Amino acid sequence: MGVEGIGARVVRKEDRRFITGQGRYVDDVKMVGMSYAHFIRSPHAHAKVKGINSAEAMKMPGVIAVLTGQQIVDDKVGNLICGWAITSKDGSPMKMGAWPAMAPETVRFVGQAVAVVIAETKNQAKDAAEAVVVDYEELPAAADIKTAIKPGAPQLHPEAPGNIVYDWHLGDEAAVKDAFSKAANVVTLELTNNRLVPNAMEPRAAVAHYDQAEEHYTLYTTSQNPHVARLVLSAFYNIAPEHKLRVIAPDVGGGFGSKIYIYPEEMVALWASKKVGRPVKWTGDRSEAFLTDAHGRDHVSKAEMAFDKDNKILGLRVKTHANFGAYMSLFSSAVPTYLYATLLSGQYVIPAIYAEVIGVYTNTTPVDAYRGAGRPEASYLIERMMETAARQLKVDPAELRKKNFITAFPYQTPVIMAYDIGDFHASIDAAMKAIDYAGFPARKAKAKADGKLRGIGVSCYIEACGIAPSKAVGSLGAGVGLWESAEIRVNPVGTIEVLTGSHSHGQGHETTFCQIIAERLGVPISQVSIVHGDTDKVQFGMGTYGSRSLAVGGTAIVKAMEKVEAKAKKIAAHALEASESDIVIENGEFKVTGTDKSIALPMVALAAYTAHNLPDGMEPGLKETAFYDPTNFTFPAGAYICELEVDPGTGKTSFVNFVAADDFGRLINPMIVEGQVHGGLAQGIGQALLEGAVYDNTGQLVTASFMDYTMPRADDLPSFQLSHTTTLCPGNPLGVKGCGEAGAIGASAAVINAITDAIGNNKLEMPATPDRVWHAIHG
Amino acid sequence: MYETNYHRASSIDDAVAQFAKGTDSKFLSGGQTLLPVMKQRLAAPSDVIDVAKIKDMIGIDVSGDTVTIKAATTHYDVAQSDAVQKAIPALANLASMIGDPAVRHRGTIGGSLANNDPAADYPAAVLALGAVVKTNKRSIAAEDFFKGLFSTALEDGEIITQVSFPVPAKAGYAKFPNPASRFALTGVFVAKTKSGDVRVVATGASQSGVMRVAPIEQALKANWAASALDAVTIPASGLLADIHGSADYRANLVKVMGQRAVTAAG
Repeated sequence: MGVEGIGARVVRKEDRRFITGQGRYVDDVKMVGMSYAHFIRSPHAHAKVKGINSAEAMKMPGVIAVLTGQQIVDDKVGNLICGWAITSKDGSPMKMGAWPAMAPETVRFVGQAVAVVIAETKNQAKDAAEAVVVDYEELPAAADIKTAIKPGAPQLHPEAPGNIVYDWHLGDEAAVKDAFSKAANVVTLELTNNRLVPNAMEPRAAVAHYDQAEEHYTLYTTSQNPHVARLVLSAFYNIAPEHKLRVIAPDVGGGFGSKIYIYPEEMVALWASKKVGRPVKWTGDRSEAFLTDAHGRDHVSKAEMAFDKDNKILGLRVKTHANFGAYMSLFSSAVPTYLYATLLSGQYVIPAIYAEVIGVYTNTTPVDAYRGAGRPEASYLIERMMETAARQLKVDPAELRKKNFITAFPYQTPVIMAYDIGDFHASIDAAMKAIDYAGFPARKAKAKADGKLRGIGVSCYIEACGIAPSKAVGSLGAGVGLWESAEIRVNPVGTIEVLTGSHSHGQGHETTFCQIIAERLGVPISQVSIVHGDTDKVQFGMGTYGSRSLAVGGTAIVKAMEKVEAKAKKIAAHALEASESDIVIENGEFKVTGTDKSIALPMVALAAYTAHNLPDGMEPGLKETAFYDPTNFTFPAGAYICELEVDPGTGKTSFVNFVAADDFGRLINPMIVEGQVHGGLAQGIGQALLEGAVYDNTGQLVTASFMDYTMPRADDLPSFQLSHTTTLCPGNPLGVKGCGEAGAIGASAAVINAITDAIGNNKLEMPATPDRVWHAIHG
Repeated sequence: MYETNYHRASSIDDAVAQFAKGTDSKFLSGGQTLLPVMKQRLAAPSDVIDVAKIKDMIGIDVSGDTVTIKAATTHYDVAQSDAVQKAIPALANLASMIGDPAVRHRGTIGGSLANNDPAADYPAAVLALGAVVKTNKRSIAAEDFFKGLFSTALEDGEIITQVSFPVPAKAGYAKFPNPASRFALTGVFVAKTKSGDVRVVATGASQSGVMRVAPIEQALKANWAASALDAVTIPASGLLADIHGSADYRANLVKVMGQRAVTAAG
């Protein structure tokens, strides 16, 4: 490993501009003649839009236009799409209602846009919005799963009777029934996976510009995948053909999944920019983020696990209701199905699994992928189940897990996934050692003497990352392939630009990807630039989510590098009059092995571009492209153990220790990996203890600001003790698995297992607020 | 935010005069409540009179058995004051727990009391210690000052200039913060006056704002010890209930925080 190569703790290149306030975000973009959009949003969860009167607003200072949902329909702008087709167990396709960018007739969640004001200033747009009179006829709302699936419940979409989008299943129902018939013990568990609001630090924003002369649109937007945005805006929303639309996602301040989707506001900004003949800027505020960014999770599940007399698992049966909100967001349908039920085997040998998932419409904000996306829900269910089972079977929770671990790889689960490699014993052993698991009973006794309830909780997670093999996801209903692209440009003087379809919005790609180049060529990372986030620069890419950037995007870079190196070696061999097979690359030089002959990279690059003395028939230039489609998912896994104390007087939880032993395969930059784990753990712990989106029964979001929605703060979290065990991923040349979501996937169960252990009571839902914990203790 | 006229007052008299000129004036001190509300367009004062820079309204004075804090003194300055820490350590401790560092460097005691948020910390200390709120017009006893949620005895255009706290024999404050807002989900201030009277006040708990807690006062009068509250039951009726805490949970917190405040008081 070089000082800046693979495995080096290189300080992030991008942080200098971020911490000195020089990042360039969408709201920093200013254009000549720019106007400002402000959306008029429904205050009702369910209502008919009877009329919109903008006559007074149009007379107000600075107002350029008031545009309505009917106009966007009249202009034949497409409805929002859901990109993954799920088939119900009866063979019928999922049942979806239309989602227009602004509601022409019916609003179905609080915050849904019905019209937009375009004005010279943001404040003028807001002033005018108050003068627009929208005539609503309120309808009864179904604000949660339970209400929505009741007979006679308010119906959201005529296309989806009973508010059911799909009733899907996976696994072998008969085999599970058979397993349960042979069970010595059956453990049952009902649980809720609470709804979360993503709350990226930077709210969503868009700046749209229509160039009349070129009939060309430019959209600056807060996106994790600008090429997908361009594809969808072109192919489905009829905004403009791809070659007439440039999408730029510059510095983006966090996404966590919420910036994967193409939202109504971006569409409207583009459409409006042509309509009014002016660039249009929209910057969401925090209140809009709470109401309109796709929420995460929101499952209600019932699970049963069958054990034989030796406490080996025989089977698992799961029934989950997933809340989709009022409309099907871009990837929402896949989250509680192929990203959830496929992970229900956890780290365990479970011979038979059967999962049913019922997708439900409610009058709430649409729900879609949020850090982990389906896998946290699966991991939480399995790990709460293992803990509950251990207590019921009166065995140590760690031992019960060990007894059932998968130990031989590759391992085909009964729910599609084929785990390529792992060592689950290694990670739990490392975590148990780090937290002194054996010494816990003595610590618990001592805490009891001090009036505190101490608990310990284990969580052994596995996730499917490196999303995803295109053919496989295509066969499961995905509307896109999930490969990644890279282009390496070696400039004439030897500096390097890496164009990637991955998008960095906090992940540190500008450093990690450079380290891959540094490792291969031995050049300093200062000579390498990462170019991303602009459809005019990078031809195509699938973006960043599902912990895929390194395993898929990084591998694409490796594949392009291999082509660059092959050509460069030919040039070097020609120049050095040596055999191509004798050329090795070291410290930025091409050397003839066993001699002192060498030529530096800049000279090779210069030779490629001067083309004065290239091998016969070789094209000039040194630039290569690769598209990489993974052959399998990757399977990061690990063990988290949490030790905490509960104050019985207040129900307040305090961390004593939190240890993590993760297996991410090879680490490129351990410091960045630790940062990713810290952030993931904060979100997982946040879900367990603090965060929860709450709607009242009329569909108003009660937790619509930080006054009521508890975002994790530094003092809410322990100082994490991280470690790594390593099995190299066999599916990609870097041996990497991905680390972005692990913390969010594994942490919640560890926390709830620890609290329920402390209080000796399993009836506790997330978030385990002091009020809930106190009631769990005292009734 | 709607457009408004901003005035930085040079003196208390100037502030009062400017206030009178506006059609719908508001005094601005630390702005920790007013400004967020204005930004969300939930308040639209015609004129905002900034009193936070008036020299006569900033400072702390301890003389004899009285701690006087001028109204525009920040929470940070109260928390850091050696004089307050020595005379009424519970008061300095309370100030150190308000909001977060940004709030404490801007927020002021006068602003907090004039706003009288039912979950604010200062009202508990003012009522428990039997402080006197002085305005540009008069002196108001703590008992007469708080009038329920966000409501006080202040008249339109009346401005708090300082608050005088009698130094108690013992005092303690224990706060259980709302996990999201960090306001008091329930905070309890206990005080034993030099004449032996006991006053216990809870904030964040009651539907009527800051409140005296008679059962705890009686128990502590008999025996100034945390254990004296073991048998006390706080009724949940009339207490606030929301997603962060049910009424019975808050009733429990009044007792538990009361015990911890007594322990802190010594």
